[in-house]
Amino acid sequence: MKKYILTRFLLMLGTIFIIATLTFVLMHLIPGTPFDQERQTSAAVQDNLRAFYKLDQSLPVQYLHYLKAIVTFDYGPSISNPDTTVNTLLARGFPVSFELGLMALVAATLSGIAFGTLAALRHNRLIDRLVMAVAVVGISIPNFVLATLLIQELSVGLGWFPAATWRTPWHKVLPVIALAVTPMAILARITRSSMLDVLTQDYITMARAKGLSPWRVVIRHGLRNALLPVITLLGTLAASILTGTFVIEKIFAIPGMGRYFVDSISTRDYPVIMGTTVFYSAILVFMLFLVDIAYGLLDPRIALHRKGQS
Amino acid sequence: MTVKPEPLDMHASASQSDNPPLLAIRDLSLRFRTYGGYVHALRQVSLHIARGETLAIVGESGSGKSVTSQAVMGLLPRATAHITGGSILFDERELTTLKPAQWRQLQGRRIALIFQDPMTALNPTLTIGEQMTEGVRRHLHYTASQARDKAIQMLELVGISGPEQRLRQFPHELSGGMRQRIVIAIALMCDPDLLIADEPTTALDVTIQAQILALFADIQARTGVAIMLITHDLGVVAGIADRVTVMYAGQCVETADVHTLFSHPAHPYTQALLASVPRLDMPAASLKAIAGQPPDLFAPPAGCAFAARCAHALRVCSQIEPPVTGLSDQGWVRCWLQDPRAPRPA
Amino acid sequence: MNQHTKTEDIAEDIAALPIELFEPAPASTQASHHPMRPSVSYWHSAWLRLRDNPAALACLLFLIVLIVMAIFAPMLSVWSVTAQDLKSQNMPPSSLHWFGTDDLGRDIFVRTWYGARISLFVGLMAALIDFVIGVTYGGYSGYKGGKTDIAMMRVLEVLYGLPYLLVVILLMVVMGPSLLTIIIALTITGWISMARLVRGQVLQLKNQEYVTAARSFGASTAHVIRRHLLPNAMGPILVQMTLTIPSAIFAEAFLSFLGLGVQAPYASWGVMANDALGVILSGDWWQLFFPALFISLTMFAFNVVGDGLQDALDPRLGKGK
Repeated sequence: MKKYILTRFLLMLGTIFIIATLTFVLMHLIPGTPFDQERQTSAAVQDNLRAFYKLDQSLPVQYLHYLKAIVTFDYGPSISNPDTTVNTLLARGFPVSFELGLMALVAATLSGIAFGTLAALRHNRLIDRLVMAVAVVGISIPNFVLATLLIQELSVGLGWFPAATWRTPWHKVLPVIALAVTPMAILARITRSSMLDVLTQDYITMARAKGLSPWRVVIRHGLRNALLPVITLLGTLAASILTGTFVIEKIFAIPGMGRYFVDSISTRDYPVIMGTTVFYSAILVFMLFLVDIAYGLLDPRIALHRKGQS
Repeated sequence: MTVKPEPLDMHASASQSDNPPLLAIRDLSLRFRTYGGYVHALRQVSLHIARGETLAIVGESGSGKSVTSQAVMGLLPRATAHITGGSILFDERELTTLKPAQWRQLQGRRIALIFQDPMTALNPTLTIGEQMTEGVRRHLHYTASQARDKAIQMLELVGISGPEQRLRQFPHELSGGMRQRIVIAIALMCDPDLLIADEPTTALDVTIQAQILALFADIQARTGVAIMLITHDLGVVAGIADRVTVMYAGQCVETADVHTLFSHPAHPYTQALLASVPRLDMPAASLKAIAGQPPDLFAPPAGCAFAARCAHALRVCSQIEPPVTGLSDQGWVRCWLQDPRAPRPA
Repeated sequence: MNQHTKTEDIAEDIAALPIELFEPAPASTQASHHPMRPSVSYWHSAWLRLRDNPAALACLLFLIVLIVMAIFAPMLSVWSVTAQDLKSQNMPPSSLHWFGTDDLGRDIFVRTWYGARISLFVGLMAALIDFVIGVTYGGYSGYKGGKTDIAMMRVLEVLYGLPYLLVVILLMVVMGPSLLTIIIALTITGWISMARLVRGQVLQLKNQEYVTAARSFGASTAHVIRRHLLPNAMGPILVQMTLTIPSAIFAEAFLSFLGLGVQAPYASWGVMANDALGVILSGDWWQLFFPALFISLTMFAFNVVGDGLQDALDPRLGKGK
């Protein structure tokens, strides 16, 4: 088990390292210097950049400084707003995005697993077909399309929900729905498929032959096994929810990190783009790592001993 | 041999001893609804098991032996399986009309099932201890420590060393033979009256097979549990059965005590089965298979189901179903060759 | 009483049977009467199953119509894709402009079909790249096995950990947005699932006996892969390709929505949706409706066809899909 965790950890570090290097290389490939934009940059901005990125030093030195900065969570200044740094933006915007993302993840997970299980238990009956039909629609409508449609119909059209910002719980409903629908559909499909597999296994029949209540058979024997592959999916789902926050925050004018990121793309605020990319990547990679660990803990076949790498 | 009409006689002999049988299946008929139509999986199946005895049910795939065990266990798929006639009496209680909640009181408690493949019969994500104790905690309301003690006791009964450690282990940590013993131990936890063992040794090595069979005999001697043993392997039958029922195409064609069956098989199918078992003192070229295939149970043939493959078939065999003929001491056979008008075998 | 009479009746009936019936009629050794069904090839039986799937067929039809319209509609339309006409701004659907006009007076109908071209092109390219890179990488890795395989899979694991869209965004920003850069960005990580799939298939198949037989006749690696392994792995590969297309279309629309995709004045569905966002409060519903409808329908159609293909090619999995 320890070996498993160690492997995963090293993998995680390796990936972050690659991303950091990638951003560094790209930054230096940009035609001209990072100062090249339509807008004039002030001397203050240039000073900031030079100081942070150590631009007057040689390339390898710059690289090392960059790596050090990343490891110490210092992501540099902004071009658009010379007074702010990426860190300030993160501090201000990330909690909002985190809340949005977490709410969507929890909503998607709970409802997706519930629907998937229900569909599996009523295999080939009406509920199953209905859930699956809705699920296919759910994975086919991109989240930003859904968001704009929700605003157009429920907000502008019917006036049920506010269209923008993040102030009251009522404000949070539409963005969370828009973000959660696709992951929910994916989870429902995977849960159903995994559950159907598990329900045909001998140990389920054995559990029934013991006279256990149906509830216990489904949950204790069925879900425990069926959810293992679902857990591995949670990492990638978290990633898609995270990138989803970019467009959702833009559409709903939510003051989160995603929106700052999108703005920085429009204004070509390179340091912010770089810094945010590295930060978010680190988070995602860390989440994948956590998911791997969770899976390792939950599946006794891995927790106790690994019979060699797969 | 006189012709004795069914069904009365078949069951009268069983209740001659003062104890009614633990399990009595009478003329059970069952069909499955499938996309292609109805499959008549069981056709007037009759058998009985007395307390403490071992009945082996022998047949090839599709003979209905597993379906019979599912019917007794209450594991038939409710949506597609329809019992069209007959009864199953367990300890004088009718099973064919039970509701799911009533079945759950019997399953695991009075009747227990032992699975064929120990590699897949155990839940990989639960410990042995959890899987052993959940039944007894539900049915008999044991506390955790009572259940644990019982589990250790059962593990010792089935011959597993270090039982305390085993309780904390997971199935994948144990060998196939050990897992099968644990499956047996789980079945015994609530002290059932009847054990149904569906091909319990098929998935195991030959050497382990012998051990498991010896274990069955030992358990029966110690606890007096009755065993319904389902198998296609005549060697297993010879090992531990008291009585044998031979099934073909959804019917019971012959029932006898084990010695009589092996020495004087009455039904041509039984004879063919015994003849097909390879023996060391036979020349290699003379392996005898039974030509042909079992009939399609979507449309069971009129008359005797085995007639199409039977070397001794008479004209009546393919037209009218043979009656049941009683044989010595609780045995009977379903065959026209028993009729006095049938030609004597050469 | 009744039973006694009944068994007596049965005994009488039996005794009354004519003696001729008891003459021997032994079983012949002819083959059983099970009718032999004509043998059907794997692909043919898959096609038969697909044919019984009305949803998949309907979606396939939709896609064919989509492709035809995407090719011909912009060519045949009187309206230009890019020319602005400020006199005709924000007009609702009419007989003149079937889908209405947008903020700059451009006909939405023709722009929608131009957007279809973009999306289908991106989808097709993504599937092709998937196929070429993924199959080669996975096939080689699986076939070689051993240390090569382990090393190649490690590389994949690291690549898999890269946050796909973030990297793509980064590249788009750096390289400047255009259709070409989208395609390039998609080559970075899109093929990983395919590579894993093909590797799995190859690992499974290469131990089959017909492969050993071929090799014992001196067949080369390439020959074995091409003639024996690929045709048998083709089913899952096809399914994977079909299911990659909607995520590629999504990626393009997503990037365009962020301003990183196809640039104005050209149209892609993502760009159109983004433009429509600006006028959402003014109630010009048609500007958002049509691109949204087409993105969703196209992704939906590919998903349903992909699912149908999977059910048709491997009915064992149908239960678990």
